[in-house]
Amino acid sequence: MGELEGFYALWYRELKVFTREKSRIVSSLFTPLLWIIVFGGGLGSAVSLGGINYQVFIFPGILAMTIMFSSVFFGLYIVWDRKIDFFKEVLVAPLSRTTIFAGKMVGGSIDALLQGIAMLILGVVLGIRYNLLVLLLSFLFMFVLASALVSLGLIIGANMESPEGFQLITSFLIFPMFFFSGALFPIDNLPHYLLVLTILDPVTYAVDGLRGLILGSSQLPIALNLAVLTAFAGIMMGIGTWSFKRLK
Amino acid sequence: MSSAVETEALRKEYGELVAVDDLNLRIEEGEIFGLLGPNGAGKTTTLSMLATLVKPTSGTGRVNGYDIIEQSDQVRHSIGIVFQDPSSDDVLTGWENLYLHALMFGVPKHERKQRIQHVLELVDLQDRADDVVKKYSGGMRRRLELGRGLLHNPRILFLDEPTLGLDPQTREHIWAYIENLVKSEGVTVIITTHYMDEADRLCNRVAIIDHGKIAALDKPSALKTKVGGEIIRLRTRSPKLEPIKELDYVLSVAQSGSTLLLTVKDASAHLQEILGKIGSVESVEVRTPTLNDVFLHYTGREIREESGEGGMFERIARARAGGR
Repeated sequence: MGELEGFYALWYRELKVFTREKSRIVSSLFTPLLWIIVFGGGLGSAVSLGGINYQVFIFPGILAMTIMFSSVFFGLYIVWDRKIDFFKEVLVAPLSRTTIFAGKMVGGSIDALLQGIAMLILGVVLGIRYNLLVLLLSFLFMFVLASALVSLGLIIGANMESPEGFQLITSFLIFPMFFFSGALFPIDNLPHYLLVLTILDPVTYAVDGLRGLILGSSQLPIALNLAVLTAFAGIMMGIGTWSFKRLK
Repeated sequence: MSSAVETEALRKEYGELVAVDDLNLRIEEGEIFGLLGPNGAGKTTTLSMLATLVKPTSGTGRVNGYDIIEQSDQVRHSIGIVFQDPSSDDVLTGWENLYLHALMFGVPKHERKQRIQHVLELVDLQDRADDVVKKYSGGMRRRLELGRGLLHNPRILFLDEPTLGLDPQTREHIWAYIENLVKSEGVTVIITTHYMDEADRLCNRVAIIDHGKIAALDKPSALKTKVGGEIIRLRTRSPKLEPIKELDYVLSVAQSGSTLLLTVKDASAHLQEILGKIGSVESVEVRTPTLNDVFLHYTGREIREESGEGGMFERIARARAGGR
């Protein structure tokens, strides 16, 4: 009972913070929009891929990017949070670390999912149409991706002493994960070195799955994409729970 | 009479550094107990071990009768903590912060609203309960966290540097609130501080901690008596120290710049003689010892105001304001 209420408290807090900090939501959607409008629109005026307009082609990739940035940074934020903010109070509560991790992870994943849904709505402007099944499966993909990457962010955040390394993580983790994921290009005809990196990048499976769902064109079966992504999420959650148990 | 806190050879090492050195401590129920010492003396580490946030390297302790290693959940339910740095969520309202605490600390559902109302009244924030914490002053935020620490009816309240960074008037207010809480709630309060006046004003007993060890432990008044005699503070350009040191009623002599600090038995009777021997003097002050003198007496050093980690947290706070 106590653990369940603790879990609810953590989630309730994330939801309150999310709904009150509207500027954060706006700014987190701004960069993806720039990608779609400027990069997609500019390159799209010259390029189309297999009959799909380039701007539309990168939409699922940018969707994954929105989730990615929001999720990883949500997790990383605990570096500050446990020094000067509310998280310190959470760590002294008589709750198991598994509960604390789960509350944080679900809270952050729902935040990211809501941002993804806002992007999906913006997709309508690009002329993308969804049916109910596509929407529900897209939510599932986005949630699994978010839970994996919030967990990744929490793992890094739990093991970092100060926020000085943030720039490093953006440069060496987040951007590579985005670029190698095939968000911006088709992955069926890549040079060998790029293909290897793409296969190793877990975000690839989210992008391919979302592209399959939304645009009807994917390299791998959608179920396989979901399976790989879920396995990755499971591993991240396992390491995350372990990291939280060691957290001071 | 049962003890609120009891430790047995409690020890914490960080690599080579011994932060807490085989501490044996006994704190009785209902007292305001102070852990006094400079930054890095081991106060906060001791507190963290008692609050089950940090595992001791060796030794153990009991808090409210629960073992701090084996029964950390029971310990956590039975204590409240107020941290040095803010730990309330400034995007949420005061009431919401208290509500979250009630959920996480297992306050039964039917008592929640009533308990929240009660602590809001205790710390005089009932009128501001629905404002987001961002709009609170530093003192109000500290009061909210003080009230929050009591929300789940703990038997011990730990306060880590409760007035650090507050202006003198606000500190005075917070002290009054703490005294009031002890009276009305009957909790044991354990305070860490490096402010002498705070320890002197609030605490029934004070442990002076230096390098992870207890240098002295007693009532503030008794500690001051133990220094013996009174303090004569002199300002003089060219002091002649040697003849002073030979006087048998002069217990100690300390010099820093043009200021001389003498500990003297029965100072008023001997003041004339001392002044005669010391040469020309710009100013004289005779007073009873303060805890600062006590600290000097036991550790050979003065407690200095150190900024400590302040710089780092300010950097984080700035980065955060821009980044979120």
